Amino acid sequence: MSAPPGGQEARDPHRFGRLVEDGRVLDVSTLPTFAFGHRSPMWWGTMGLVLIEGTVFALAIMAYFYLRSHAERWPMSGMPPALFWGTVNTGVMLASAVPNHFAKRAAERLDLAKVRLWLVVCMLFSFAFLAVRALEFGALNTRWDTDAYGSAVWMLMGLHTTHLVTDAFDSGVLTVLMFTGPLEGKRYVDVSENAAYWYFVVLSWLPIYAVIYWGARF
Amino acid sequence: MTVLDTAKGSWPERGDAFTLEQTWSDPPGLLGWFSAVNHKTIAVRFMVTTFIFFLLGGLLALAIRLQLALPNGKVLGPDLYNQVFTMHGSTMMFLFAVPVMQAVATYLVPLMIGARSVAFPRMNAFAWWIFTMGGAMLYLAFFLDIGPDAGWFAYVPLAGPDYSPGKRVDFWAQMITFTELSGLMEAIVLITTILKMRAPGMTLNRMPLFVWTILVTNVMVLFAMPAVMLASTALITDRLVDTQFYNPAKGGDALLWQHLFWFFGHPEVYMIFIPPLGFMSSIIATFSRRPVVGYAAMVLALIGTAFLAFGLWVHHMFATNLPELGKAFFTAASLMIAIPTSVQIFCWISTLWTGRIDFKTPLLFVLAFFVILLLGGLTGLMLASVPLDYQLHDTYFVVAHLHYVLLGGAVFPLFGAFYYWFPKFTGRLLGERLGRWNFWLFFIGFNLAFFPMHVLGLQGMPRRVYTYPAEMDWADLNLLATAGALTIGLSVLLFVVNVVRSLRHGAAAGDNPWGAGTLEWSVSSPPPMANFERVPVVHGRFPLWQDAAQPAHVTGLASGYREVLITSVADAKLDHRLWLPGSTPWPFLAAVATTILFVGSIFTPWAVVWGAVPVAIATTAWFWPKREMTGRRVDSELLP
Repeated sequence: MSAPPGGQEARDPHRFGRLVEDGRVLDVSTLPTFAFGHRSPMWWGTMGLVLIEGTVFALAIMAYFYLRSHAERWPMSGMPPALFWGTVNTGVMLASAVPNHFAKRAAERLDLAKVRLWLVVCMLFSFAFLAVRALEFGALNTRWDTDAYGSAVWMLMGLHTTHLVTDAFDSGVLTVLMFTGPLEGKRYVDVSENAAYWYFVVLSWLPIYAVIYWGARF
Repeated sequence: MTVLDTAKGSWPERGDAFTLEQTWSDPPGLLGWFSAVNHKTIAVRFMVTTFIFFLLGGLLALAIRLQLALPNGKVLGPDLYNQVFTMHGSTMMFLFAVPVMQAVATYLVPLMIGARSVAFPRMNAFAWWIFTMGGAMLYLAFFLDIGPDAGWFAYVPLAGPDYSPGKRVDFWAQMITFTELSGLMEAIVLITTILKMRAPGMTLNRMPLFVWTILVTNVMVLFAMPAVMLASTALITDRLVDTQFYNPAKGGDALLWQHLFWFFGHPEVYMIFIPPLGFMSSIIATFSRRPVVGYAAMVLALIGTAFLAFGLWVHHMFATNLPELGKAFFTAASLMIAIPTSVQIFCWISTLWTGRIDFKTPLLFVLAFFVILLLGGLTGLMLASVPLDYQLHDTYFVVAHLHYVLLGGAVFPLFGAFYYWFPKFTGRLLGERLGRWNFWLFFIGFNLAFFPMHVLGLQGMPRRVYTYPAEMDWADLNLLATAGALTIGLSVLLFVVNVVRSLRHGAAAGDNPWGAGTLEWSVSSPPPMANFERVPVVHGRFPLWQDAAQPAHVTGLASGYREVLITSVADAKLDHRLWLPGSTPWPFLAAVATTILFVGSIFTPWAVVWGAVPVAIATTAWFWPKREMTGRRVDSELLP
């Protein structure tokens, strides 16, 4: 039970509400109107999305290795992807975790000026990794229709690039909103959850990078 | 933003039932119809939509049975027959069985857990729209003679570009994208609702068993549906832009499809079968007048079933060249699934045994489960053994097995659930006399239709043949099966008549016609738009069967805007209040934009690029807050 059995004065009404009408009714009007992290339904929605998309990535990686286990040569024809741009982009994405961290922290402190600053920095990073991503596609050394190896590589790249594009777009919309308003407390929760999703997009790249760039070398 | 002690008073209309009803109503008129987000409105539409697909799938089944009634049948030609059985299977699996469970859940879950809404009402509406548009697309294609024709699991290479030229399989693959997108969104909506929106005091340990089944099922959805989306995306890219995933000539592999499909497809059976276990638990408790025996065992059995369900997929692939040791493992796993299922069956039998039984139509449908599912389960154990599976693979024995499992495990309890909750949905009881006719015709017709198929399978009749010669001696049993199918058709027709009649002339239900114990029966029938005028505080598993305890309910939630109570995950302790967004047509418009993208991409891959622009616009407009509304909220905001 959430209501205290007695001595409710001792309990913080901001957390526990308060009993009124001789304990018959629980008054929740003293509770906050938004909250961060796993207290917020938005966090659970985001985590659901992360689980779904994480499963897609995992299955696509399994498909890659399944096809590899049946192949005599891997890559089946041609060369592995050139390492340079993919490695550069891994660095750019990892570096973007820094402004992302500060944007999340500023949101949780309801600090609008810093939220705006760090979101803009994040946007600059997303322009950077989208531009490098275009160069990565040029350095894959295979086409999607060359053979099953090429298809698996392009599928992984395509899936992750879709995430980069949609995350950049989402973050862009949120950045504009934080400048133009209308603003309320819930929007800081949105910034915080958007940052959590950003971490997922960046971190999920690491296994995909390892598979695409190194799975074709070992 | 204000501080704590000024919160009271900004909204003088707190607790007023009339204001509450207005606040939670969707706007009237045509635009209002497209703007609806109330979970009950959407859920009723969702149920009706899935039921229409059930009727269409049933008509296709009748067409199949008429064709096979006699040797050398002439009702359908081979090409149309291929489309008809593919449409029948795809409809029943993707447009009926999985979504109908989510549809029922989005109606009942908030009412059972003492919530005023689902967690993401707009996403919930979007999920229904996109589902409906995907189903409509498939049937439009079928009526234009471009319906899919490679079977409901679309095996490559048959479904690949070489053996299925044209657009038929592409429509099938995009239907998967539509329905799985909808299913995944509903899973997020339902999981979040269940974990964060239970009334204070409803700890996980007090949650109705039905809500447990929905939680478990939708967690399965998160891990299973991505597999079929990935598989069908790879199929459509193989067909449209020449990727080589399934093409052995270029290093691809046809079995990759089977692995990905059945990694989804086997858990899917449990996504269809587990929510009805919740119907069973609700109905058995009410009509035995006692709680279900062994609450903890029931919950653990559900979780065990869900877990094992992911280790069974290869038993659909015993006829392929997989390692024998691997097959032995999957045989063992398939046999193990009998353990949690038996635990539940024994718990229900004990409940019925020790209860005071009230034989009403909902209970009849539930009791049929025991007979039919048991038979389906036993043939499942037979098919799980590899040598027998070699013999019976792709015969009518499998058709009999899967219909025994799916109709016995899901459709019979689902009809029971309709009889049970119809009074809550509409305020009127379904007719009991027609209900009994409906039940007995369904039960007898079902066994007439499907039991002979076991024998036909043992005699070697393969699945998916459009006809057979008289010399095979399969005619009598096939005719019997067709007579059974027509009997089922008659029984479903009686159900439709019962629904239509009862909507106008049914006996008034009152709040709790069955004397049930869970929260959905504490509110009027049909429930008010906000579900609960006063959100309850929960003190046990069956709040209506126990003495009142204090505090009885919650006060202090706004009635002038859509405010809900958020509680903690495990113990449902108070956490915060949250404003939900209002009604809007943007989910509908976003669904239209998404449909244009999906259907366009069947014809040109560039649709993924230009089609993304309207999707981006619609989703941004959906998200963008209204200044006037935000201003009102900021006035009463309390910081965390």
